[in-house]
Amino acid sequence: MASIRYESQVRPPLVVGQKGYHEVTEDIVRPIEASPSRAWWIGFLISVGLLTFGIISVTHEVVYGVGQWNLNRTIGWGWDITNFVWWVGIGHAGTLISAILLLFRQGWRTGVNRAAEAMTIFAVMCAGQFPIWHMGRVWMAFFVMPYPNTRGPLWVNFNSPLLWDVFAISTYFTVSLLFWYSGLLPDLATVRDRAKLKWRKLFYGITSFGWTGSAKHWQRHEALSLVLAGLSTPLVLSVHTIVSFDFATSVIPGWHTTIFPPYFVAGAIFSGFAMVQTLLLVTRKVLKLEEYITIEHIDVMNKVIVLTGSIVGVAYLTELFIAWYGQNTFENWAFMQNRVNVFSPYGWSYYLMMGCNVLSPQIFWFRKMRRNLTVTFFMSVIVNIGMWFERFVIIVTSIYRDYIPSSWSTYYRPTIWEVGFYLGTFGLFFTCYFLFSKFFPVIAVAEIKHILKKSGAIYKDKMGALEQEPVEEFAAEYTHGHGHETAHAH
Amino acid sequence: MAVKKFVVGYFEDEPELFDGVKKVRKAGYKIHDVYTPMPIHGLDKAMGLRDTSLHTAGFIYGITGTTTALSGIGWIFNADWPLNFGGKSHFSLPAWIPITFELTVLFSAVGMVLTFCWLCQLAPFVRKHHFNLRSTDDQFTMVIELTGKSSEADVQAFMSSIGAKGINVQNAETGWWLGRYDKDKGPYDKAEGIELA
Repeated sequence: MASIRYESQVRPPLVVGQKGYHEVTEDIVRPIEASPSRAWWIGFLISVGLLTFGIISVTHEVVYGVGQWNLNRTIGWGWDITNFVWWVGIGHAGTLISAILLLFRQGWRTGVNRAAEAMTIFAVMCAGQFPIWHMGRVWMAFFVMPYPNTRGPLWVNFNSPLLWDVFAISTYFTVSLLFWYSGLLPDLATVRDRAKLKWRKLFYGITSFGWTGSAKHWQRHEALSLVLAGLSTPLVLSVHTIVSFDFATSVIPGWHTTIFPPYFVAGAIFSGFAMVQTLLLVTRKVLKLEEYITIEHIDVMNKVIVLTGSIVGVAYLTELFIAWYGQNTFENWAFMQNRVNVFSPYGWSYYLMMGCNVLSPQIFWFRKMRRNLTVTFFMSVIVNIGMWFERFVIIVTSIYRDYIPSSWSTYYRPTIWEVGFYLGTFGLFFTCYFLFSKFFPVIAVAEIKHILKKSGAIYKDKMGALEQEPVEEFAAEYTHGHGHETAHAH
Repeated sequence: MAVKKFVVGYFEDEPELFDGVKKVRKAGYKIHDVYTPMPIHGLDKAMGLRDTSLHTAGFIYGITGTTTALSGIGWIFNADWPLNFGGKSHFSLPAWIPITFELTVLFSAVGMVLTFCWLCQLAPFVRKHHFNLRSTDDQFTMVIELTGKSSEADVQAFMSSIGAKGINVQNAETGWWLGRYDKDKGPYDKAEGIELA
């Protein structure tokens, strides 16, 4: 039986408006061919400004040493590693959308995957900055690479979670970049073949690698995408698992928790989807892509947010329960005194985290709220604030007051250089995102065309009448009869 | 490679294309290639293309990564410089699993993408002949190679009979060459004096 292009009317269209293939190209490539708007320039310049501030902050730290940060005797990891985990987590939604949803054949991913993958790459770039500059003597950073050397050879410790992190993050970055770029090739070729300006022909000619759209190339491209998705799926789960191992394999009360890997992964997807919402709500508006990133997309992503937010909530409560049930004095102290006790120095951060991550996303149980753009945007920011505080709570409240009161640290506040570094990564992230949205198609053009016939409004309308017909008749009418034997889940 | 002569026509949608491909194969003409704006499931089978072995290559690269990681770490920790971590076993396999997994994925992904680029001849500054510039937009272009067996007019008439539009004849280099998209049209266009798409 050949496959038929049929999808139930119950599912709303993923591309609204009367779109043919050419209109899809026009709509998505238009922003690339137009001059950047005033809003783009303002946003871009602010980002570059933040990036500059970040570069100054990091330079200051390198010149004068890590002592420029307010880290102290027990708080060896403060804002820096908090920011690292936060940025890595944000990256995860991109891979979830591009890889896991591809394996699950979720058609709606096509509207958002390109931008989400770009977000992943930029977020991982930002994340990578923190451990590197935290080294202090950053010119020694290459010591983390295992290679035969003249220092012994002194090898790296392959049993250390910190080294696992080096491998996990660098692999994650490389694979995400390859996945993203191989998906971009056909779309860059689309821009190239439409280009009128000389520089555009040259630039997109180089970046599209001479893509022609040959049937054989598409066949390989599909195979490549599928296998890369299959590889990225366990990879993305492994990355945040390994990041959680940085804490979970230690013996610090509050950190050595077996629940960490799934809890971190859920939290990563939670914050990542929030960042996707923040970016796409603005992107779809500014680039006029509301017909491709529809309210349905927003709705679905909000469902993921309420699901993962609730998983995170369950994890918080489980931790608390085990701290009490385990009857370990130090574990109990880390949770009940350093976190839950609202009068403890950092008690406020625990309740901020609980409020932002567990309570506030529950608003998305209501369909009306999920489909409200203002609420969604506001919530996406709240969630990311909450997720930043989650990492802060885990890191700082576990280490600032431990076994003996004489070694309790003083209250930790970041210096301007720590804050500047963090803001600088926002600069890096948004500078990259602005350049991406100007020079690359923010929606996967070829993939939208691929789902157009089953999920485009224009085609779905026609299907409505046919839904009453018996399936066999319908199938007979819509079969190409091209000897397509395999059961592709269209 | 070689410069050959082709009859080029395009279809406006998938069903017409599939229909056309079937008819061309029945009639016994040689399809040089079909260029489409997006992947079309089943087109490879309709055209009689062999399944790709890229998956197998990916698997081989993957196990190469696994082996590299395990043998590398195993050699370093047991033979080259056995460090004592609190009296634990030098051969501590569970602790090596994360890195082994990462290297498996890394080797597989990088290897597959490079193989993909190699097989499809994709790289920066690679220049190819494009039969129809709108085949990356909205047209499904079919290219039939002219062989000694059939005349140009026959193939053109046949193309038109199966519903192809915008039919024309092009001389084209089938391989790739180093070049830029803003400058040259091809190493052959002047000699042949043919307007290229």
